[in-house]
Amino acid sequence: MQTRREMLARSAQVAGLLAAAGLLPGTALAAWPQAAFEAKTMADVVKALGGGAPAESKDVTITGPDIAENGAVVPVGCVTALPGVKRLALLVEKNPSALAASFDVTDLVEANFNTRVKMGQSSNVIAVAMMNDGRVLYAAKEIKVTLGGCGG
Amino acid sequence: MADPMRIRAQAAGDKATVRVLMSHEMETGLRKDSAGKAIPAWFIQEVSAAINGKPVLTAQWGPSVSKNPFMQFNVKSAKAGDKISVTWVDNKGDKRTDEATVS
Repeated sequence: MQTRREMLARSAQVAGLLAAAGLLPGTALAAWPQAAFEAKTMADVVKALGGGAPAESKDVTITGPDIAENGAVVPVGCVTALPGVKRLALLVEKNPSALAASFDVTDLVEANFNTRVKMGQSSNVIAVAMMNDGRVLYAAKEIKVTLGGCGG
Repeated sequence: MADPMRIRAQAAGDKATVRVLMSHEMETGLRKDSAGKAIPAWFIQEVSAAINGKPVLTAQWGPSVSKNPFMQFNVKSAKAGDKISVTWVDNKGDKRTDEATVS
């Protein structure tokens, strides 16, 4: 017959195994900042990534078209020439989750990234640079979308 | 296993421009299929790049990145012959690594 003590020990073992196997949903990647990707505004995203109040800056540049015909594929780029950048993030303000991509910058790579994002509707696209000294700088650009990228 | 990435790395001066084209559906989880059921989210969460085995870049992506994602970045002090490898991991735990030589 099993004692209560044995039962408890066994259930703890099973729970440990489940956690180790990563069976709980959403825990596939520990480093992925879920809160930041769920945030709706730039201020919330920056906060979730551990930054202070963002300030607009001319030293950060966002590139992209003025009008995008197809919102499913909008080429955007973020650049900054400032030294000491820790992270560059790309945000689409009116998307269901504002944060599109976040790039961790190292000494071996230039703070200059290009990618393509989806846009549900015309919106501001924002490049946010988080600096090593704690400053958070951003630049915004409005991109008009004639055909949204989130429809089915 | 997902389809291979297309990586092109070109040296210009003391840096190399790397362009990566990945093959991935990048489902947002918000679209619905013809029966009105939501299609589950399926997107690349993390991308990392390395030169000669030394990490240069990690990126976290959300579902807002386009289908078959494109990414371009510049690696400092890279020369022809260096090996660039790029890895991605998606939210289902699938991953893929591909390598290219700087030309």
